[in-house]
Amino acid sequence: MKRSPFWNFMFYVFVACILIESIFPFYYAIITSFKSGTDLFNISYWPTSFSLENYRQVLFDGNGSFLQNLWNSLWVSTWTVAVALTLGTTASYALARVRFRGRGLLLMTILAVSMFPQVAVLAGLFETVNSLGLYNTDWSLIFSYTIFTLPFTVWVLTTFMRDLPIELEEAAIVDGASPWIIVTRIFLPLMWPALVTTGLLAFIAAWNEYLYALTFTASSQANRTVPVGIALLSGSTAHEIPWGLIMAASVIVTVPLIFLVLIFQRKIIAGLTAGGVKG
Amino acid sequence: MANISIKNVTKSFGAVKVIKGVDLEIKSGEFMVFVGPSGCGKSTMLRLIAGLEDITSGTIAFEGKVVNALAPSDRGIAMVFQSYALYPHMTVYQNMAFGIKLGGATKEEVEKRVRIAAEMLQLTPYLDRLPKQLSGGQRQRVAIGRAIVRDPKVFLFDEPLSNLDAALRVATRLEIAKLHHSMNNVTMIYVTHDQVEAMTLADRICVLRDGYIEQVGTPLELYEKPNNLFVAGFIGSPKMNFLNGKFAAPYKANSIGVRSEHLEFVAKGGWPGKVIHAEKMGSDTYSFVDLGMTEPAIIRETGTSRHGVDAKVSLAPMKDKVHRFAVDGKSI
Amino acid sequence: MSSVPENGTPIRNELFAGRVRSAWLFLTPMIVTLLIVAAWPLSRSIWFSFSDASLGHFRDAQFYGIKNYFKTITMDSGAIHHFGVLVDPAWWNAVYNTFRFGIVSVTLETVLGLAVALVLNANFKGRGFVRAAILIPWAIPTVVSAKIWGWMLNDQLGIFNDILLRLHIISEKIAWTADSNYSMFTIVMVDTWKTLPFMALLILAGLQQIPGDVYEAAEVDGVHPLSVFWNITLPLVRPALMVAVIFRMLDALRIFDLVYILTPNSSQTKTMAVISRENMFDFDKLGYGSAESTVLFLILLITVIAYIKIGRVNLEGNN
Repeated sequence: MKRSPFWNFMFYVFVACILIESIFPFYYAIITSFKSGTDLFNISYWPTSFSLENYRQVLFDGNGSFLQNLWNSLWVSTWTVAVALTLGTTASYALARVRFRGRGLLLMTILAVSMFPQVAVLAGLFETVNSLGLYNTDWSLIFSYTIFTLPFTVWVLTTFMRDLPIELEEAAIVDGASPWIIVTRIFLPLMWPALVTTGLLAFIAAWNEYLYALTFTASSQANRTVPVGIALLSGSTAHEIPWGLIMAASVIVTVPLIFLVLIFQRKIIAGLTAGGVKG
Repeated sequence: MANISIKNVTKSFGAVKVIKGVDLEIKSGEFMVFVGPSGCGKSTMLRLIAGLEDITSGTIAFEGKVVNALAPSDRGIAMVFQSYALYPHMTVYQNMAFGIKLGGATKEEVEKRVRIAAEMLQLTPYLDRLPKQLSGGQRQRVAIGRAIVRDPKVFLFDEPLSNLDAALRVATRLEIAKLHHSMNNVTMIYVTHDQVEAMTLADRICVLRDGYIEQVGTPLELYEKPNNLFVAGFIGSPKMNFLNGKFAAPYKANSIGVRSEHLEFVAKGGWPGKVIHAEKMGSDTYSFVDLGMTEPAIIRETGTSRHGVDAKVSLAPMKDKVHRFAVDGKSI
Repeated sequence: MSSVPENGTPIRNELFAGRVRSAWLFLTPMIVTLLIVAAWPLSRSIWFSFSDASLGHFRDAQFYGIKNYFKTITMDSGAIHHFGVLVDPAWWNAVYNTFRFGIVSVTLETVLGLAVALVLNANFKGRGFVRAAILIPWAIPTVVSAKIWGWMLNDQLGIFNDILLRLHIISEKIAWTADSNYSMFTIVMVDTWKTLPFMALLILAGLQQIPGDVYEAAEVDGVHPLSVFWNITLPLVRPALMVAVIFRMLDALRIFDLVYILTPNSSQTKTMAVISRENMFDFDKLGYGSAESTVLFLILLITVIAYIKIGRVNLEGNN
């Protein structure tokens, strides 16, 4: 549609607002993270100093516990994704491709579980995690994150799998392929974009999770994940909030995510809409 | 090498009855074409024979052995799908080898059978390509090749030409006809909505409508002795001219049908009318003559026509070439 | 292969029987896992809500009836007091806060998300870049964004006050997170900032399913752009919008981390999830907190069921 010059101008003003609103907070976190000492107390809109002191401190002081937190996050998220994809792929084939009694009910239950309020199972999980001897271990988180990553994975993969052509499967059936062969040899090679997308979304969800991580691992500094690590980051004195350190830590955990998101932008959007719009 | 015996077969999807009782004998080595308008159940029939759908009631037997409960891969069939359904991530070779590898053939055996099929279909240069690197016609041949490699007793085609352009369609039709001659022991069942394909390929045609068989016979039987109005109208191009009322009365029928090549211009005594349009095909001319019915009658003449548009003419059917139909549509 | 009677009774094809068997085999690991990680803890939580469990003794917790939900105590003086979640003003305040937050933030996100989606749906230079850029808030972990905003909203050192002072919108610095007059506004603002991308992209996906010739036809007919938006765009994008709204709403009603980190001490922002976790782990009332989380679960369950019924979600996905 053609726009008058005035509206064209206003349009770009609006675009600029969207851009500033999206980028500015993270930009501000970056320039803050490069400030050290009293420099922090001077509000500035442009980078005024470039000191890596905060990064050095957050990574290497405190017995390298933040590095350990990073490793924990990576470990927990990766395993959570692996569990969800392994169990989710075959399950979603069954849900997307086989007609059987109770399928609708099962799908509805899975959708409901994916929207579960995490806090509703918190007390029970606390008990389960303790009984299994997983308290203050990474496994407590891998265990509890499966509550939301598995149903989400199944749901999104089911919508993807439904869109694969039916005749392809029928050709395989005529060729004598069993459901297991169909999943592993025909569908899996065609599904990798969907697997990357769902895996990535599950990874981000696990990487960002706070409630369970706080409850099950907060009391042991070595077992925290980064969200808890950042939330509980303390400065040299008890009452001073170490903003410089927190911003440096924030940049460290966010930059990889932003790269992932920008690289897989299209796939992520497809995954979000598959989980949402088609629901 | 299998005769197929279909007895009183019905198929329902939920409350909707799609096949309403079909009896059919298909001879071993026969080329049978299922034809009919969309929604007539022809594809469902094929899928029932393939085993891709459950039969609601009745039996299907291959060589006297009921196969109702057999999975498709245990029936000795191969199928060519409308969309080709090639495995997109496998090369042509892998596509063709997939089924027999699963069936447990040795590597040499697989190699040999794929090579032979590829040779037959001129696919040898493309064996290492992926389906997306092939043209539509080549993909179609791979789909056929994949079926051949399985060495089936029954060969099933589900509208295999509908994704091809007109020229390629004619060429591929010829290929399939040749294939049938070279595999003369193999029973072939072919589904199409295109009556020209049916006429050119079939040993026998089975015309379906609304879940019932309307007529089974050789192409010429259907053309010359249609059982009813539906078959008469469905088979043949251009469509048979149907006339009723005062035109049919002298023939003691509710309505009559005359094919375009069985009408001729007469000097007097025929049905008076006016030429409203003429299609000049070169070899033939089709004149559209308004006889006062809702649709004009079409008359075919070899070469060019003497009558231009707006000419006042008189038409008459050739002797013994009039099809007569009763009130219920049945032929008399 | 079973032998088959000749008389043509309906016979299940081996293919389908085999497929259904495989389907259950494929589903079993997932179902068992979900039973262990979700159903079992949920049932235990509900049990705790009827018990006197605390962090020190939850293994040998005693059945306690509905006392966590409601109990009456008669004092020596003869005064009667009611206790329990159902009459707890702090709990109902949290319910009120949660719904206030949910409704305000989701409305705001929907309106702004629609605006952003409309912009991204137009053709302009750098559209791909803008679309990538708006994903950044979504990619930032909630804890991190809470911290970043906590820093920007800091009353003395924060840039937010600085900007507003320079623009003469405010005349003195405001304690956005600590001042109870502003804490809810702050939470809504930060949550909107974080969730706008999700909303905008879901709506954009809906917009892009509208065929372009609809707009061309409207333009040829000379329909006013506002009218096009109101009469064509909005009705066509409504299904996608409805789904996005309910997803967000369910998400908003269980909000925890943002509130817990950004405004931990404000009774104006304390939500259902925050207060029930607080009771369980900070005040060592595992049973009482479980009762609260159980009520929260019921509220969300009713919302989900209403959504599936009203939205007529097609779960079978039949072709």
